[in-house]
Amino acid sequence: MRDLTDRALDTAARMGAAYADCRIIRREDESITIKTGRVEGVASGESEGFGVRVLVDGAWGFASSHDLSLDEADRVAALAARIARASATALRDRVALDDRPPASGKYETPVVEDPFAMPLERKVADLLAADRLAAGVKGVTFTESSYGAVRESKTFAATDGSFTEQVITHVGAAVEANAIDGDEHQRRSYPDAGGGWGAGGYEFIRALDLAANVGSRAEEAVALLTAPQCPAGTATVILDPSQLYNQVHESCGHPTELDRVFGTEASYAGTSFLTTDKLAEGFRYGSDLVTIVADATAPGGMGTFGWDDEGVAAQSVDLVRNGTFVGYQTSRETAPRIGRSSGGAMRADGWNRIPLIRMTNINLLPVDGMSLDDIVADTDDGLYLTTNRSWSIDDRRLNFQFATEVAYEIKGGRRGRLLKNPTYTGITYEFWRSCDAVGNAASYVMLGTPNCGKGEPSQVAHVGHGVPGARFRNVQVGVGKW
Amino acid sequence: MVSRLDAATGDDRAAAALAVAEDVVARALAAGATEAEALVTSEDAALTRFANSEIHQNVAETSIGVNLRFCVGHQVAVAATGRVDDEGLGALVDRASAIAASVEALEDWGGLPGPEGTAVLDGVEAGYADATADASPEFRADGVRAVIAAADAAGVLAYGSFSTSREGTAVANSAGIRAAQLRTSSQLLTVHMSPDGGTGYAEATATDVTTIDAAALGREAAGKARATERPISLPPGDYPVVLEEYAVIDIADMLGYLGFSALAVQEGRSFVEPGKRIGSGLVSLVDDGADPAGSPMAFDYEGVRKQRVTLLEAGICRDVVYDAQTAARDGRRSTGHGLPAPNPYGPFPINMLMSAGDTPRDELVAGLERGLLVTRFHYTNPVHPKLAIVTGMTRDGTFLVEGGKIVGPVRNLRFTQSYLDAIARVSAVSGERKALRGFLGTSVVPALRIDAWTFTGATEH
Repeated sequence: MRDLTDRALDTAARMGAAYADCRIIRREDESITIKTGRVEGVASGESEGFGVRVLVDGAWGFASSHDLSLDEADRVAALAARIARASATALRDRVALDDRPPASGKYETPVVEDPFAMPLERKVADLLAADRLAAGVKGVTFTESSYGAVRESKTFAATDGSFTEQVITHVGAAVEANAIDGDEHQRRSYPDAGGGWGAGGYEFIRALDLAANVGSRAEEAVALLTAPQCPAGTATVILDPSQLYNQVHESCGHPTELDRVFGTEASYAGTSFLTTDKLAEGFRYGSDLVTIVADATAPGGMGTFGWDDEGVAAQSVDLVRNGTFVGYQTSRETAPRIGRSSGGAMRADGWNRIPLIRMTNINLLPVDGMSLDDIVADTDDGLYLTTNRSWSIDDRRLNFQFATEVAYEIKGGRRGRLLKNPTYTGITYEFWRSCDAVGNAASYVMLGTPNCGKGEPSQVAHVGHGVPGARFRNVQVGVGKW
Repeated sequence: MVSRLDAATGDDRAAAALAVAEDVVARALAAGATEAEALVTSEDAALTRFANSEIHQNVAETSIGVNLRFCVGHQVAVAATGRVDDEGLGALVDRASAIAASVEALEDWGGLPGPEGTAVLDGVEAGYADATADASPEFRADGVRAVIAAADAAGVLAYGSFSTSREGTAVANSAGIRAAQLRTSSQLLTVHMSPDGGTGYAEATATDVTTIDAAALGREAAGKARATERPISLPPGDYPVVLEEYAVIDIADMLGYLGFSALAVQEGRSFVEPGKRIGSGLVSLVDDGADPAGSPMAFDYEGVRKQRVTLLEAGICRDVVYDAQTAARDGRRSTGHGLPAPNPYGPFPINMLMSAGDTPRDELVAGLERGLLVTRFHYTNPVHPKLAIVTGMTRDGTFLVEGGKIVGPVRNLRFTQSYLDAIARVSAVSGERKALRGFLGTSVVPALRIDAWTFTGATEH
């Protein structure tokens, strides 16, 4: 690998690059899809290539190729430099990077049972058994179950002498039960719609214990067909971790990305209401119970690594401390503009994409005191919302609306009947300020999503979220006409 | 090692890709496959991105992928690789063979599709332009500077991207399908922002990048950015709306995703029933890969020639799109809408065209007594798929209309709206249309006037 990175970096420097980095990535993936008891798709993929990022005349250029030959390294590095010169023809401020020590070393996701070494028959059988349990529940129209594993082997080198090697492994699985009657279509998923994912090996899948959990979810999907509609109005809402992580993702994770604040994602995903003046003033983001961090060192998180894709070491950065907005997710280019050093949040989706500021593990920290069950018991009248079904938030990350697969009515401290088609909406900071209970460490779980989109050309990131469940007051629920 | 595909140039590239596909099929059959299909895709893509009226990201990639479907009887496996040298292709076949030996048979496997005739399916001539394939970083920078110049002239800042790509697709299978095409595409989009909080949007998508007028797009977005400064708040509620094409494409895409797929119908999750009226008589929607108004493609990712499929005819459901597997279940031939395997989502209409109407675009607003003009939507997502209830935000140009005239900008609103109800209440369709990039392909859509749209919330800008 060093031959290629040395060649690319030498060529880039010869072509005028003041700084250059090169990433060589080999990605393996495997997926299994089952529908209603039949194995519909088993696929295995591999992709490898390299990308060269250069700073020439104060402007960025990037080029990439699947061809790992030294001649191609020359071509790609030269093309990156040419592209950077084209960038410089429409440049107002030269790019300046913060200082960081050259990165060096190796990192590997801790894996107990290598998912790629596990016999395929075993993985298919485990998923099929769970799927058939769900499909066998009376009233289920169809099921869809999935398993996935991704391993990325990454070499990073830069003209400052950095050289790191990392192997990151993520796995996930889910069973979804669908019940349809006329125009009504209800779904319940375990552990999460689209898959419960984490960093690690097949031991993560075993711990999900799909077979033990899917039957009750399938029964709920059927029951939802005749359940009452979630009423419209204002309610106390308790968010299960399976929904709370989405709330954190959309309303804290994205708005604290400093590139969004500086407008560099404006044309696609949008900007952020958390402008830098709010950092200076100590903006009240949430209640005193709300502390949120970006922690790339959290065990089991899909945003955990040794170094980001600029060679910045993994670290934990405070975003919101006891309700006050205190920090951003940053890069070597953006952090100096607010007088800080990079928080190590630059991540790229493969060899053919540049790193962008991406969430690592954005975690709502637990609060000593009540468990999630205690919070339910402490609630006289409310809704318990679980498992995300739909999400949307405006381009500055203020007005959000979520739907969950199910709401449980809470009366007198107990979870009661099911309500279908629950939705809730609010304004980000008003919502987090209304948080009056956060679960304790016993309720804290590491979840995440394998499909966080950002950037042009589009990139998909695997992101972790540690959350314990939380309660919010005076939330608008039952949005729209049903 | 440089593969024969890397070494090929121009038209030879399509032939080289097809040769790789044929080679992979032959290897698979030699390894024991009873059926095999190879899809070879290659791409040279570049994108120049700008923000705060300067280029801040500027990228290029050269990529190749081979997707192999390897069948032993009804046992079906899929493997993919980015390595097209001898060793890489050999490993691909080995992996696919191992998977096929490990999976259960699909009882209703319909087999790989066969060819219409003996000829190799070529690309659509209108789907390729040398100027796009040859677009340089300097060419894209020129376009970006034209957009920025328009922003400068209006005293606003520009944020957007200018992309060009050449994509090759080749398919060969053991049933005799041979297909190879080269396509090009380009897109320029920009959001302009004014110092006083206004934002505006403009976009163009084209096969031939030289037809994109960067300066004109810059002026369009700049004008709207100035016009949306100092918006007023409007209470949520039901309002008649005029949706510009940038918003209408979301309706077409979402209906295609939720309903106009044979798999969605077979699984009972679609709203489509042939002969059922779901839209106003003014709304007709087809999928046509040959129409040069869109982004033409000759065949799908299974190598099946794309058929023109009427999805909605004057508001009435007519048909849905098929791939080979869903077609086999319904006893008919694929319409040429298959995606790369494995594909749990089913077939997808990626060349949709909504019919133009007879109302000049500028007169749509004139027909609103009191309502809203919406430029585009942001972050839409289905809340209830079968009812096609979707939530999302307005963005980059929302205006109050009174007495048929725009009276001023309003802060962005959230909607929670059934798109089926929306197309049922279309009362006017513009005579002009735009080709715009959607979820997976390019769609051609007009602007629409809709008699009621349910806004359920508001934001602060």
